[in-house]
Amino acid sequence: MSKRIGMEVSIAAAEAVALCRIDVAAVYPITPSTHIAEHLSSIVSDGKLDAEFITVESEHSAMSGIMGASAAGARAFTATGSQGVMYMHEMLPVASAMRLPVVMAIGNRAVSGPLNILNDHGDIMMERDTGWISLFAQNGQEVIDMIIQAFRIAEHKDVMLPVNVNIDGFILTHMVEAMDMPDQDEIDRFLPPFVPYATLHPDRPVSMGTFAGNDIYTEISKSKDAALINAKKTILQIWKEWEKLFGRKYEPIESYRADDAEILLLTMGSMGETAEMAIDALRAKGMSVGLLKFKLWRPFPFDELKKAVKGAKILTVIDRAISYGGPGGPLGIEVRSALYDESSRPAIFNYIIGLGGRDVTPEDFMTILKSSASQAKKKAMKERYVIYGVRES
Amino acid sequence: MVNRKWPETWQEVNPGCMVFEPGSASEYHTGTWRSQKPVWNNEKCIKCGICYIFCPEGCIHEGADGYFSADMDYCKGCGICAHECWPAAISMVEEG
Amino acid sequence: MKKANEQGHLVTDFDLYAPKLVEKEEYFSSGHRACQGCGEALAVRLMTKALGRDAVIACATGCMEIISSNYPFTAWKNPWIHVAFPNAASVGAGVEAGLKTLRRKGRIADRRIKVVSMGGDGGTADIGIQALSGAMERGHDMLYVCFDNEAYMNTGIQRSSQTPFGSSTTTAPAGKVSSGNKRWKKNMPEIMAAHGIPYVATASHSYPLDFMAKVKKAVGIEGPCYIHCYSACTTGWRIPSDSAIKVGRLALETGVFPLYEIENGAYRMTVEPPKKRRPVNDYLKLQGRFRHLTPDQIDIIQERVDEEFEKLLKKIKHS
Repeated sequence: MSKRIGMEVSIAAAEAVALCRIDVAAVYPITPSTHIAEHLSSIVSDGKLDAEFITVESEHSAMSGIMGASAAGARAFTATGSQGVMYMHEMLPVASAMRLPVVMAIGNRAVSGPLNILNDHGDIMMERDTGWISLFAQNGQEVIDMIIQAFRIAEHKDVMLPVNVNIDGFILTHMVEAMDMPDQDEIDRFLPPFVPYATLHPDRPVSMGTFAGNDIYTEISKSKDAALINAKKTILQIWKEWEKLFGRKYEPIESYRADDAEILLLTMGSMGETAEMAIDALRAKGMSVGLLKFKLWRPFPFDELKKAVKGAKILTVIDRAISYGGPGGPLGIEVRSALYDESSRPAIFNYIIGLGGRDVTPEDFMTILKSSASQAKKKAMKERYVIYGVRES
Repeated sequence: MVNRKWPETWQEVNPGCMVFEPGSASEYHTGTWRSQKPVWNNEKCIKCGICYIFCPEGCIHEGADGYFSADMDYCKGCGICAHECWPAAISMVEEG
Repeated sequence: MKKANEQGHLVTDFDLYAPKLVEKEEYFSSGHRACQGCGEALAVRLMTKALGRDAVIACATGCMEIISSNYPFTAWKNPWIHVAFPNAASVGAGVEAGLKTLRRKGRIADRRIKVVSMGGDGGTADIGIQALSGAMERGHDMLYVCFDNEAYMNTGIQRSSQTPFGSSTTTAPAGKVSSGNKRWKKNMPEIMAAHGIPYVATASHSYPLDFMAKVKKAVGIEGPCYIHCYSACTTGWRIPSDSAIKVGRLALETGVFPLYEIENGAYRMTVEPPKKRRPVNDYLKLQGRFRHLTPDQIDIIQERVDEEFEKLLKKIKHS
């Protein structure tokens, strides 16, 4: 039976990792992910989890270390954020290419410069194309659930890809919330022991990470792309199973009062719950608004997106990251691209918000939705994207 | 690798570029690189094995009679064996 | 202790028939694509022979990775993993941690498997030194072997921190106003020894029994060990393809690359150079990379080699 708990989300995340009976963790401290690592190490130190906790000298080595451990057949985990993710960057496409099912919790944080330790999605967006499965949690409960699901998804024989779970820095990592923590038996049933595809062992020697020439690199890339695209099927199955076991439903795009809405707001991560308040307030005023929340960022849920926006007149996409000099925020760019070929599609607005930890309130979303509506009415979209709330002189 | 289709299609590549046949590089014959080959004069050979230990290819083997020879499928003709041979029993001869 | 002979061409009292006692099994297969006469490929072959079956190898990007693992082929008979350039040590550390946990939990057989990380001088002393230092400091039960060919050979002979003074490389070329690389080789064995690890050694493919004995010794030690193996590069050093062994021997006989070990802090010479060391020019003149050096510059090198050698002798004496 699950237990109702009230604790900091990072602590709960570490407890969830321990429930997954990991074999190896390799972590380098970086705000705001440190509490996950600290608590996990204390679980190991207290003998509650039989695992090796490697206090590596860098995030680069954290990722390298868990890749090595995973290749040896161990279930392996790390947590990081911001500069840490970027310092790992070199390793991330290698982890997916080598089909090593490691799991990484990311306490999402703005990237330097200037240095800033607070939340936005700049870090993960820079790692968008590394071939990882990418999940976004909107509250503490989803953090627990997604971390556990992540191991099951990653290690599934039809997937064999690394998974990152995105947890908004401070807004989620340092928040005390009430959550349901599954018990060990439940998780043992849900998550069987890791059965690796191949391991580094002298009894059956394998060479991993071989060099590929121009005669085969294209085929290898295609097979990795196909693996990531095909992973969605397994993710959906595993989410269905989770719902049956725990009663909590997971979808690539979750909708809130969106079925009949003319105006849709699209968010990722913890902004979802804030945005619900804006939707409720505007609905109360009679505005036909609804909310979509991206849970699955990679593989990109094309079909679910098309279905979710059907019938809507306006789609306002909220990004928490910039693609400097590009056509919008990363989510905005991709949503526009995904819907481009649709015969009827909503007018798409893209707002960039909450950079470097700037507060995002329900009122902000209300302002943005109203502005989208009036621009659409006048058929006058001001700019391809708007950096919301920026002071101007 | 034996009987394996090459080049592979994307559906055929091993996940993670893993190679499951240890030492399969031996299917690739580097002997074609050679312009000179080592020739042993067994009358001078003292069967010490220095040629064997110093071969970067690991392609010099000891026969049942205790004399050594190089596997010409792999010998690149570097000449280390001839250079190191203590009684000078090995000479490098142009490939003909 | 084996003495090199005074002629410098051949080792006269090499335990003559000892090669025949060496493990026959090859773990680094023929068909690898190293250059003709590659000293490093030989050194790797010798290392794997000494390691035997129960070892997992984590390899940095570099010549040895490229020439051995052209998908769908592999020259490796040991389990082998390559991830990237700077992280052979941390990948090895992860493998070690993984195997240790799985063994403790009874998920794999209860048998000791040595994890060996390896890299070239760039992957070890430059871009990989952080991961290496971390892995050694944390005390993983692993061996790290640096195959030092004194420049970035895989990318085309660029200078590294292991490139010797006066050597001409493609990024520190000898020119009208430059005599090549301006810095002395960074002392990696000393840096590793400063980590307080149980075993550090230098080795050379020209002294195969010494190298293999050191690898075996390191495998027997529980904890982090480091071996710095001299590996001649025929292409980068501009030497004939039959000369790798000879040049390594001269490196020892001139005192340029002494062979010693540091076991729990105690220094010991494992292959004694001749009482009267040969002049460094005997070593330098054989190699195209030093061809431009003037007698004055050679004197500077001689002085430095003598000085470093004396320092080493003092450490041995005081051990």
